[in-house]
Amino acid sequence: MDRYSFSLTTFAPNGKLLQIEHALAAVGNGSTSVGIKAANGVVIATEKKTGSSLIDVSSLEHMVMICDSIGMVYSGMGPDFRVLVSSARKAAQKYRRMYMEDPPVRILVKELASIMQEFTQSGGVRPFGVSLLIAGVDDRGPNLYQVDPSGSYFPWKATAIGKNMVNSKTFLEKRFDSDIDLEDAVYTAILTLKEGFEGQMTEQSIDVGVISTIPTTQADGEQKASKFQRLTPAEIKDYLSNVA
Amino acid sequence: MTIDTDFEKVFPITERTYIGLAGLATDVKTLHDRLRMRVNLYKHREERVIEPNTFANLVSHMLYEHRFGSYFVQPVIAGLNKNDQPFICSMDTIGCIDLGGNFIVSGTAAENLYGTCESLWEPDLEPEELFETISQALLNAVDRDAMSGWGAVVRIITPSGIITRDLKSRMD
Repeated sequence: MDRYSFSLTTFAPNGKLLQIEHALAAVGNGSTSVGIKAANGVVIATEKKTGSSLIDVSSLEHMVMICDSIGMVYSGMGPDFRVLVSSARKAAQKYRRMYMEDPPVRILVKELASIMQEFTQSGGVRPFGVSLLIAGVDDRGPNLYQVDPSGSYFPWKATAIGKNMVNSKTFLEKRFDSDIDLEDAVYTAILTLKEGFEGQMTEQSIDVGVISTIPTTQADGEQKASKFQRLTPAEIKDYLSNVA
Repeated sequence: MTIDTDFEKVFPITERTYIGLAGLATDVKTLHDRLRMRVNLYKHREERVIEPNTFANLVSHMLYEHRFGSYFVQPVIAGLNKNDQPFICSMDTIGCIDLGGNFIVSGTAAENLYGTCESLWEPDLEPEELFETISQALLNAVDRDAMSGWGAVVRIITPSGIITRDLKSRMD
């Protein structure tokens, strides 16, 4: 088996590309991330685990906006994530340039998955060591997708990736209901992360992002589509105090 | 030298969106072919039909790509969006979108058309009334332009379907 594991572009006899398996292992070592699709929005959340208390946690960017209507979180290797964020943002803006509107989530997901797949079939490169959870709202309503290092993507109602994914998914299966409200979904996401959290969970140790399907009414009465938002530490603290 | 009196220059993009391409015949054909390709790819990739305003932005983008060496066409786009609201716009040869207001005109008789439309248009016209209005506006403008004529086709796009009628006009 070792003979086939050093070259990405060589199949092993059992039909697998071992580099991709190893990439998935890298994902499995990463901090847990959770996503839940509610009836009126999507929430994604992740642990921001740091090795030392000296790290300025507020400046860590695990939860990113790709465009107004789409946000993304990961489990795995941070640096690889940053490269993909850059590609995703560029792809979204390219789409916007041509059509003057944000891409539907499924289109952006296909584009990202295509990029990740390229790195499994080219010479001299390695796969990305991240799995992504992409959340967004488009003409079809709320969407939640997972993209793997191989380039496979899956639409989910609720899911978890990373270190604690198995227990988290079991936890979610019990609690998920397709009529769930976005507010309740945020609570559920935080609870799911709490299940596998080592130590005390504070507002600094998790990142939560939400996007709602309900448009916001501005000061002049105009309706504007809701944007993807990272919750502030103060907002997360509120949720945590109600959960504890 | 008159070559063709039957040149089709209004094309369906979707069931509810049409584009009229006025200008150099070869560019009309090429642009229509390229747009059809782009719209079909969009439909397959996005698993939905393109909206008229999105399509207009697409056409604008394509025209501007040839900013220095442009297509000699001035498109007019008309359609109903998914909420059955009407959308019209025109563009210049390099893709500047004119969302206009109540009417949009293009072609060698454009100046004449501005005049007839301005006088004849009124708000809240029903499909049949709209047909009368646009037919009169078109024919009276075209008859006063030497380079325009040889027949007219009118299409009314309604939520329940397209009404297509050929107009009886001066054949010169």
